[in-house]
Amino acid sequence: MSEAISPEIIEALLPEVAELIVTALNLDVPPADIQPDAPLFGDGLGLDSIDVLEIALVISKKYGFQLKSDNEDNLRIFSSLRALSAHIASQRAK
Amino acid sequence: MTTVPLFAHSDLDAVFAWSAEGPVSVGDYLADARWLAEQLPATGYLLNLCHDRYRFAVGFAAGLLRGMTSLQPSSQSAETFRRLQAEYAGLVCLCDGAADTLDLPRLDFPETPTVNRKNRPKTKSAIPEFPADHLAAILFTSGSTGLPQAQRKTWGKLVANGRAEAIALGLDRQPHAIVGTVPVQHSYGFESTFLLALHGGCAFWAGKPFYPQDIAGALAAVPQPRLLVTTPFHLSALLSAEIELPPVDLLLSATAPLSTTLAAQAEARTGAPMLEIYGSTESGQLASRRTTAGATWTLLPGVRLEQDGDDTVACAGHVEGRVALSDRIELLPDQRFLLHGRHADLINIAGKRTSLTYLNHQLGAVPGVVDGAFFLPDEEGPDGITRLTAFVVAPGLTARQVTVELRQRIDAIFLPRPLVLVDSLPRNSTGKLPRGDLQALYAEKVSHGRG
Repeated sequence: MSEAISPEIIEALLPEVAELIVTALNLDVPPADIQPDAPLFGDGLGLDSIDVLEIALVISKKYGFQLKSDNEDNLRIFSSLRALSAHIASQRAK
Repeated sequence: MTTVPLFAHSDLDAVFAWSAEGPVSVGDYLADARWLAEQLPATGYLLNLCHDRYRFAVGFAAGLLRGMTSLQPSSQSAETFRRLQAEYAGLVCLCDGAADTLDLPRLDFPETPTVNRKNRPKTKSAIPEFPADHLAAILFTSGSTGLPQAQRKTWGKLVANGRAEAIALGLDRQPHAIVGTVPVQHSYGFESTFLLALHGGCAFWAGKPFYPQDIAGALAAVPQPRLLVTTPFHLSALLSAEIELPPVDLLLSATAPLSTTLAAQAEARTGAPMLEIYGSTESGQLASRRTTAGATWTLLPGVRLEQDGDDTVACAGHVEGRVALSDRIELLPDQRFLLHGRHADLINIAGKRTSLTYLNHQLGAVPGVVDGAFFLPDEEGPDGITRLTAFVVAPGLTARQVTVELRQRIDAIFLPRPLVLVDSLPRNSTGKLPRGDLQALYAEKVSHGRG
């Protein structure tokens, strides 16, 4: 199913998801400053697992699906803003 | 020489753990541990990094069979591994994932050959016993200086710890299937999932569910009665998710204070009693309470608290030696006490501890920073995680540049959100920073600016 999502749809979702991350975590960064392909953890935004749970909660409310951590998926989904947006685009129910 | 058995289970056909592939019996566990022990060195230290609770358990027992000591650091950074390597000669890592362990000697958890389980032991006489004074594990705390402090745990005390908790939670009378959202290596998860199962005769779920949907799935995969071992943060996310929850019979929380609101909400939603554990890595867990029943804590069987000036000291029972606690405590009759908050300098965010002194020292060491102070605002949401703020005087630097430097020096969870650049700090005539003045600065620069 995720193969059917076009890059344009993901691209269009980026600003919205960036805004969601900044608001959910009360970050001191303008949403437009989040690089789509930079890592969200470590040297990028420096997110931790608590942030992930916080973002997951907002995503479930806004897009109507629950995140699940099957194997290493968790790391892949949160590897960058683009990866997270792609996952939302493929799973969203609303 | 006093010896103590590996576990309290007497029926080797009973279920020891539940995994995605199904149940593992107590006898299977013994067979797996013996088989893994043959691949470990005869003595030394086992850095058991397995994420899977069952594989951790096999590694731990295999280590004991070889006379080894389990090393359980609070972080898995390269810096931590280097320090352990220098201090613990003959260390071997046991891994079940893609962890980067530098050039440390390493054993990747092998595919368990089912053939070993065919000859699994059938009688109680096969349960191994280990000397009570064997150094079974070393857990690490960050310490107020930021350097890891080794907390040495003997096998006899660990067993007493698991038994005391099982009695306090009533699991000795009615074993539960344990689902834990916390890592098995850290003290709370180590005690309340692994030791509790081992010496409370319980079975546990091998995974570590993270998202609310994962937790619901793990609960559904084990039989009732079920015990969920979690934290205020995971619990709050679970209840906010508004998903269907399988029946739960007992809830346990630790690592951060649980509000009575969230506790009452959890009990109303699940119908299960919501219990809290109080303890520290140094002392092990010390007391429990039902949060909705009042503020009073009751000590676990055998443990004693003594007042020593302003400090309270834990001793006796499963506590190793005498441990000064970092909380202000008021002792009450009948093994009860009240907590009155932490000593001012120490902070705890999501179960990770440090001191403001240490953080301020790291901030001051950033090139270009003239002055700076971390500040922990008064609790915003009772179960949300309160983040630190930092006020920094650093002419010529941006907040982002200072943050990038800080990231090299301190754990990400302590990074300031936000980091506020100011012209000067409100130091008084003796150079001190009264908390009230920082609070005012916070109100002016941070909280008023929020929409």
